[in-house]
Amino acid sequence: MAKKIDQAQVRKVAKLSRLELTEAEVEEFTGQLRAILDYVEKMNELDTTNVEPLAHCLPLSNVFRQDRVKESLGTEKTLGNAPQRDGEFFKVPKILDDSSGA
Amino acid sequence: MSELQHKVIVGLEIHVQLCTKSKMFCGCAAEFGAEPNSRVCPVCLGMPGVLPVMNKQAFEYAVLVGLALNCRIAAFTKWDRKSYYYPDLPKNYQISQYDLPLSTNGYIEIPLESGRTKKVRITRAHLEEDAGKNLHTAGDFSQVDLNRTGTPLLEIVTEPDMSSGAEVRALAAELQRMVRFLGVSEADMQKGHMRFEPNINLVITKDGRQYKTPIVEIKNLNSFRALERSVDYEEQRQLDEFLETGEVMEMGNKTTRGWDDEREVTVLQREKEEAHDYRYFPEPDLVPVELTDAWLEEIRGRLCELPIKKQIRFVEQYKLSDYDAGVLTADRSTAEFFDEVVKAGGDPKRACNWVTQDGLRLAKERGCRVDELGISPQQVAELTNMIVMGDVSATAATAISDIMVTSPDLSARRIAEEHNLIQKSDADELEAIVDQVIAANPNAVEDVTSGGKKSKKARGFLLGQVMQKTRGQANPKVVSEILAKKLG
Ligand SMILES: [Zn+2]
Repeated sequence: MAKKIDQAQVRKVAKLSRLELTEAEVEEFTGQLRAILDYVEKMNELDTTNVEPLAHCLPLSNVFRQDRVKESLGTEKTLGNAPQRDGEFFKVPKILDDSSGA
Repeated sequence: MSELQHKVIVGLEIHVQLCTKSKMFCGCAAEFGAEPNSRVCPVCLGMPGVLPVMNKQAFEYAVLVGLALNCRIAAFTKWDRKSYYYPDLPKNYQISQYDLPLSTNGYIEIPLESGRTKKVRITRAHLEEDAGKNLHTAGDFSQVDLNRTGTPLLEIVTEPDMSSGAEVRALAAELQRMVRFLGVSEADMQKGHMRFEPNINLVITKDGRQYKTPIVEIKNLNSFRALERSVDYEEQRQLDEFLETGEVMEMGNKTTRGWDDEREVTVLQREKEEAHDYRYFPEPDLVPVELTDAWLEEIRGRLCELPIKKQIRFVEQYKLSDYDAGVLTADRSTAEFFDEVVKAGGDPKRACNWVTQDGLRLAKERGCRVDELGISPQQVAELTNMIVMGDVSATAATAISDIMVTSPDLSARRIAEEHNLIQKSDADELEAIVDQVIAANPNAVEDVTSGGKKSKKARGFLLGQVMQKTRGQANPKVVSEILAKKLG
């Protein structure tokens, strides 16, 4: 039986997801998430001793494309939905402590 | 004074950009230096409803590197989402591999000084997509360019098996050479095709007790030199810090430091507490990959002799110095051209000299590779043998090479004959000329035979006279031998 989700966990997940929640929302979502997890918990009633773990829900593998270049959208279309742009760039709030990159 | 010894321990996390034509999950061109945000599509933008489709070439390139790294290649591999919070990957996650990477448990052999090598274990190598670029130079906002978003990246993680900055650099250079030989990456560090993040700490023995300093990860390294120096710098810094604070490694005290290239120091980077809570989960939009034996063998067939193996073989088989073998194997086409020259009967040492001197010089002048000069390995082989036989001097050989590159149909011998570059090595013929010179220069002969201070200079003078009489075509080695025989 997994540990029940509590408000501290909801706050942590919200922070990781860069979401700002009110106290009322924290309470509301804790209840909702708990209900979802309780529901999923029912699955643990099944005996899965001899069942292989599933990596994907579709019985498919090896879907590939060839390494061919297709036309991209182009800068204008790409930036078309951007709330703000700066020349050819997306303009975003200043990133502090940037540790972006793969 | 207390007894104190220390050893630096380094593991690497490496990212190598694979040189496919298109990105990993969409058809946008994967190219460097295009107009910002011009190589972007709805998949790159993470628009709702789009579906990524795997680039087969990227997958096969990754397997090829896995094989070259002596890894176990997984018959079944899948994709996972890794949470990501910067705008250069707008869908807020990076497609990567978590629990079933495509290759694990390998090693890379790296060259150390004087022909020694060392094996560094590879923990894993997996495929993932790259992020774009955030730029912070414009003012009180940041700029985002998504051209690089979604380009294929191979992440390679080593075990902490390196114990100096020099070893770390050797591994980086070896990996660069390897992926270039395999043709899977341009591997230019300045262009970000290859990125190295060392994890460094020290094992310190003090008064018979062992201590480990906290692990430091270093970022922003954009040259081999910076990589090596950052490790050396960190070694000293961690030692000083340990002596001052006594802090040792424990859960959660790993830090990240950035390399300041100008001041040549590492600087602590502030990181959010939960920064490493990636919350991986399986990528539902991509199906797994099953690699059959037949497919794996087909990919294995594309492996070439790896640079380190070539280097070792050149030393053992052709008796070259480790240094020369290293220069030849810096680049695959150069190494293979040299090999062809020797296989065509060329003298290995002379062939090496020709390739690394005349060959690389001509290639540089013309902005091409040695094998693209239009000079065949057979021509070079003939030329090297003419040098060995004493038919041409090294100087003449350079002149012949210069002519050969513009007249690729002519053999080395024909060029030498047509341009009067054949050296006279016939001992009888030269002996007659030496006799004439000896007869005409009794004073110099006297200086040589008396063996005084002037002896060496006089000998050179007599040699010069012979060269003059033969219009520079005498083989100086043969002339010297005749002079020595006659004058002692
Ligand atoms: Zn795209």
